[in-house]
Amino acid sequence: MEFVPNDEQIFFQETTRKFLSVHCPIPVVRALESAPAGYDPQYWRQGADLGWTSLLVPAEAGGGSLSEGGLMDLVLVAEEMGRMVSPGPLAPVNVVASAVAAGGSAAQQAAVLPGLLSGETVAAWCGEHPVEGVIDGENLLLSGLASPVEAGAQAQHLLVAVRTEGGLRQVLVPGDASGVTVTPLGGLDLVRRFAEVRFDQVVTTPAERIGADEDAAEAIEHQLQIACVVQCAETVGAMSRAFEMTLEYLGDRYSFGRPLASYQALKHRMADNKMWLEASHAVMTAAAGAVASGSPAAGEMVSAAKTWIGPHATELIQDCVQLHGGIGVTWEHDLHLYLRRTTVNRVTHGTPEYHAERIATQLLGAVS
Amino acid sequence: MTTESVEEFRHRARAWLAEAMPRLSGAMPDRLDDNRRQVERVLQRTLWEGGFAGIGFPAEYGGGGLAPEYQRAFSEESLPYDMPVSLNVPTLGILAATLVDFGTHEQKARHLPAILRGEELWVQFLSEPSGGSDLAGCLTRADRDGDLFIMNGSKIWSSAAFVSDYALCLARTNWDVPKHRGLTMFIVKIHQPGIQVEQIRQVDGSMEFCQEFFDDVPIPVADVLGEVDDGWTVATRLLVHERNAVGGGSPYTSGRSGGHESSGQDDSLAQMVRQQGRAGDTHLRQLVAEAHVRGLVGGALIQRVTSGVSRGQMLPSAGSLLKLFSATNVMRRYEIGLELAGEGAAAWPASSAGVAQRLSEATLWRQGLSLGGGSNEIQRNIISERLLGMPREFAADRDVPYRDVRRGGARG
Ligand SMILES: Cc1cc2nc3c(=O)[nH]c(=O)nc-3n(C[C@H](O)[C@H](O)[C@H](O)COP(=O)(O)OP(=O)(O)OC[C@H]3O[C@@H](n4cnc5c(N)ncnc54)[C@H](O)[C@@H]3O)c2cc1C
Repeated sequence: MEFVPNDEQIFFQETTRKFLSVHCPIPVVRALESAPAGYDPQYWRQGADLGWTSLLVPAEAGGGSLSEGGLMDLVLVAEEMGRMVSPGPLAPVNVVASAVAAGGSAAQQAAVLPGLLSGETVAAWCGEHPVEGVIDGENLLLSGLASPVEAGAQAQHLLVAVRTEGGLRQVLVPGDASGVTVTPLGGLDLVRRFAEVRFDQVVTTPAERIGADEDAAEAIEHQLQIACVVQCAETVGAMSRAFEMTLEYLGDRYSFGRPLASYQALKHRMADNKMWLEASHAVMTAAAGAVASGSPAAGEMVSAAKTWIGPHATELIQDCVQLHGGIGVTWEHDLHLYLRRTTVNRVTHGTPEYHAERIATQLLGAVS
Repeated sequence: MTTESVEEFRHRARAWLAEAMPRLSGAMPDRLDDNRRQVERVLQRTLWEGGFAGIGFPAEYGGGGLAPEYQRAFSEESLPYDMPVSLNVPTLGILAATLVDFGTHEQKARHLPAILRGEELWVQFLSEPSGGSDLAGCLTRADRDGDLFIMNGSKIWSSAAFVSDYALCLARTNWDVPKHRGLTMFIVKIHQPGIQVEQIRQVDGSMEFCQEFFDDVPIPVADVLGEVDDGWTVATRLLVHERNAVGGGSPYTSGRSGGHESSGQDDSLAQMVRQQGRAGDTHLRQLVAEAHVRGLVGGALIQRVTSGVSRGQMLPSAGSLLKLFSATNVMRRYEIGLELAGEGAAAWPASSAGVAQRLSEATLWRQGLSLGGGSNEIQRNIISERLLGMPREFAADRDVPYRDVRRGGARG
């Protein structure tokens, strides 16, 4: 079934849209270019008040959502943030909050969730590729590198996948744990910050494990799916906005005595762009729906969305640049903000080729 | 109104299908096989007898009178079975759908049950030797003579007319008004004196295309569909049905159809790579995955657009997005097929001509889906003008009585 937002969800989405247009319009985004965190903590707390960080956490654990499981609500927030190329660690905080709510001990939940849900603290997800773990008595020693990690340098908590002799594990460690070195990276997006997180014989205790050992592989896959869905929703929002700006521009600008919008060559390109946009929206929603409902096809749909949306988003926005003419390649024009964001989203959490290979593995088996 | 839930209906359909319909074994039946249409008429008859023909058509005229979810559930259940899929397009999804919208009670009572029983196959007589994109510029004429119209002219590219029974035919009934206002849509019995049907050979060797020549064909006034001189309204709606049916978004088609052709269910490319022993080749793996992803995206787009249109949040012309997507998807899919086939697409052992030959010949025909049902360029015009509100193309024939409009060369 096609996902159709209900009245409550539409209201929720509009609230987020209004908030962003008042508190974080594009000039504010631009002004954050050199801010170390890329966002204002006050803004993030206000967003958290609107519900941005609590949607994937059940009410018993202090969260709450409009739809079952909350992912479809989160998608609406992500789309709005994409439309405004907004700052803030939306994907990592939600991924970690949901993982802690699902698999964390009572003590972990009490220690971590209130801060994440109120926006006082943030968390980073170190990705689905595990670092190495050596079992040492009841502790686990972590070594390796996770990079690029979104909000790694801002995070009070790091959720880390670990490969051990006994299989995959997950641990939640403090960002300032001894042996953890976090180095901020430069990056393409004006406000999205990444870091390199190095683990050098980091001692983690049993109390820092998340979830049962045997659930780790599935939990990590689920985290990847959520991260990708949020990212795809954000990209679709960015595509929509760039498309709208371009459609308007073509109507206003004239050459040879007629609006650019009246030239068939350009109309046809906008028709293709519209088709790509709607197709991207469709596969993103289908993927989100599959993850939200726990469908066995969730992994396949998420990878389909990642394979399709990434290249089509950047191609669409590059075409918007072309249709704007010279102004399109200036710093002054906002299009590059959209191009930055969608390029970053295209290549992180798995490139399109990486996700196509996941699909190929399903169709043809793994490469031996 | 039914009290049966979609799930209950699905279960009943599943049981009935297993009982009554032949299972597909191996390859898809060749839809161009000469006997195939006869087989499909019988399959349609079986659906009718089981009460599963025309699930979305009005109950009053022999259909199931059920919402699209029921038809979708039936189609999903029917995938392992041999279904009369060539009836979907054009008979059920386009022509019967248009009859539902515009037919009088008598017209519907006469034709819809017969269609659902597999007794009447329908085609469209729209394109003419002088042009197909500019459909409203058609030159076939129908002149009023008492209770009759007398038709003269020619239609072309009508698929499968030689094995079909009826057509919806657009003809000019008034030459003194601008082109859109002088057209009428007629129900025409194909095989009758005065209509000559000639088959045309296509690039893949098939003989699906036809050209018809009308020589003083008498058409009763009772066979006018819609109003006299208002045939453009009917034609426009017909085209909406066509885009939906070809794009996979029709509520009237049953079983695999349009957009489903390239949906995620199709394993043929992966199979080819496995048979070649090249399943480990990274490049080919990317191509197989790409084709699969395109199928999944197409399926999601069909859901988005059909749901958007049915809720009134998208204009009906959004069907052009489906038509364009499915046509461009097929183009890419054939390209991928060609790349996977390699030299096998050029020459094959006489003993195993089947698969390779079909694939490479189908590639020659690749643009067929980008032309039939309104070309990709026409879909792009529709999307940009009607969905995006961009300015319409200049038309030299606007507001000019049709007899004064300039015309160019015709084919043949
Ligand atoms: C497989 C197949 C099945 C078909 N089945 C049927 C059928 O059952 N019944 C029937 O009546 N017809 C049928 N057709 C005909 C089909 O509808 C026409 O081929 C189509 O509408 C194009 O018309 P044309 O061939 O006259 O090309 P033209 O209209 O002459 O167009 C030639 C080229 O010019 C482009 N073009 C034309 N006008 C414009 C414009 N305004 N802007 C931009 N580009 C333009 C077209 O896109 C095309 O590329 C079928 C065609 C095919 C290929």
